[in-house]
Amino acid sequence: MGKKKRKSVSYSRYGYYFSIPFVLAFLIFSLYPVVYTLLIGFTDLRGVVPTSINFLENPFQNFQTILNMQSFQRALSNTALIWIMCFIPQLTLALLLAAWFTNRHFKVKGQGIFKILIYMPNIITAATIALLFSSLFGYPKGPVNDLLLAMGLIETPLNFTLMKWNARGVVAFIQFWMWYGHTMIIIIAGILGISPSHFEAAEIDGANALQIFFRITLPQLRTIILYTLVTSMIGGLYMFDIPRLYNLGGPDQATLTAAIFVYNQAFSGSYLYNRAAAASMILFVIAAVISGFLFYILRDKDEVKLRRQEKERIKAARAAAKTNAGGMAV
Amino acid sequence: MSNSIKASRSITKTIVYLVCVFLAAVSIFPFWVMFMNATRGTFEIQQSALALLPSNQLLRNFDILMGKTFNPITGFINSVIVSTGATLCAVYFSCLTAYGLVAYSWKLRQPFFTFIMAILMIPGQISVIGFYQFMYRIGWTNTFWPLILPGMASPAIVFFMRQYLLATLSIDIVDSARIDGAKEFYTFNTIILPIMKPAIATQAIFSFVFNWNQLFMPLILLTDSSKYTMPIMVSLLRGDIYKTEYGSVYLGLALSVLPLFIVYFLLSRYIIAGVALGSVKE
Repeated sequence: MGKKKRKSVSYSRYGYYFSIPFVLAFLIFSLYPVVYTLLIGFTDLRGVVPTSINFLENPFQNFQTILNMQSFQRALSNTALIWIMCFIPQLTLALLLAAWFTNRHFKVKGQGIFKILIYMPNIITAATIALLFSSLFGYPKGPVNDLLLAMGLIETPLNFTLMKWNARGVVAFIQFWMWYGHTMIIIIAGILGISPSHFEAAEIDGANALQIFFRITLPQLRTIILYTLVTSMIGGLYMFDIPRLYNLGGPDQATLTAAIFVYNQAFSGSYLYNRAAAASMILFVIAAVISGFLFYILRDKDEVKLRRQEKERIKAARAAAKTNAGGMAV
Repeated sequence: MSNSIKASRSITKTIVYLVCVFLAAVSIFPFWVMFMNATRGTFEIQQSALALLPSNQLLRNFDILMGKTFNPITGFINSVIVSTGATLCAVYFSCLTAYGLVAYSWKLRQPFFTFIMAILMIPGQISVIGFYQFMYRIGWTNTFWPLILPGMASPAIVFFMRQYLLATLSIDIVDSARIDGAKEFYTFNTIILPIMKPAIATQAIFSFVFNWNQLFMPLILLTDSSKYTMPIMVSLLRGDIYKTEYGSVYLGLALSVLPLFIVYFLLSRYIIAGVALGSVKE
């Protein structure tokens, strides 16, 4: 029996057409600038109005200079410190709150309002928040100092901007304050996506709340936590608004983050575009390496194994089909 | 239930409520202080910086504020222009791209989608030097175009729209439109977009807020003070000119976030639902 011939119109070319704007915009506004930035890292481009642009004899000179600069190393360690001080409380509190708000045994009254209020800081412009907190933590007089004095917690006002660890602490706190609500909402969504039968089965088996949380909830949340970890890390590497506006006149070395370093190289005074570009590229490599590392550590090992088995199966099926290809498919 | 379990449950409940109320207060406190201090004069603030009740210096602070370079109206208008433009570009073209990924089967479809996911990991700030040089060479610094057009390639929004379409679109609708003789692009605009309204609404809110809050890119690209967006205006408050006018600084801050507060409290339900939606893979 011969194959039936059916004439059908293929619309697949529209898939290509509809994707063109995205691809164009990406090529023009993302890819080209990235490549251009990389190139600039190898040149001597500098100055308010760049006059000439030449490739350096030693192509990696800018990279070497940057890596050896004490302020760059400072910036990196600051960024890492502040990020850790911010992310650990953020994730912990978000997990705790999410566990409370999704508790199957008692509903927290007013949940909706709590969520709205806790998420609110995420919406407000970071620049405004930075200045607001800068005023709040004013020294010697400021709302926070007044409050602490009134409550008898401290005897003399604390200087929050000039003392290194205080400044870092406040910046980390601001970042935490802005993002823990966001993380909480995402984790709640993740927990709601876990099938209730898992929890019921565990309870029948006599597990208590802690065991359930650590043995069932957390592993299921692995992908979401990975997503939060990676996006927070990348966001943290490029922390700019808060540290810069909070501490414009303060001990910049203490809250100098990587992104501020790049900005300073390029736009305040020195206009050393080449060095700034090299620094940007170094940051990108760091981000890529850490992301890759995190993905590797937190990968779903079972899923990877399953996928590999699938591939083997498909390969075997294809090989078997080839050997049977002599007969006609009816 | 035995009494001990009941008792420990009540203790847990109390702890939970206490913590939640405390956190809610921590979220509100800074803004409350800001609004209250915006109405107090500099002298009052120097006496006691913490106040829970408003005072009557609002108008005086306002005059001082407007007398210098901080111009909330200009900042507001510019921010509206940039945010709206960027949101329109981002949402419309992301819908288009997502539809192309879902409705048609073409050879590069899966690789293209994987590619979009990979771009998701690249933050915009690494290419800022090259971007700035590029815009400088084509004369687009100090215009709004470089802040609006790049939104056309927004991998996160494409991802969200694609998830939404996969869950809600049935090809029958498209087929019946084709039978009726509609062209593909026309079908997209008149049939698909209305179906995507909830997703569009959610993403529009996020995109708008995100673009409204941008400081880094506009700060680098805009040098003419008449083009400053809100966050840049806010950063001006830090400068020497306002250093001792505490009341006015608070007022300036309050003005810059007032629109955000209004938008948020009107739409908070949708915003929170959207955050949840976007993160769970069905």
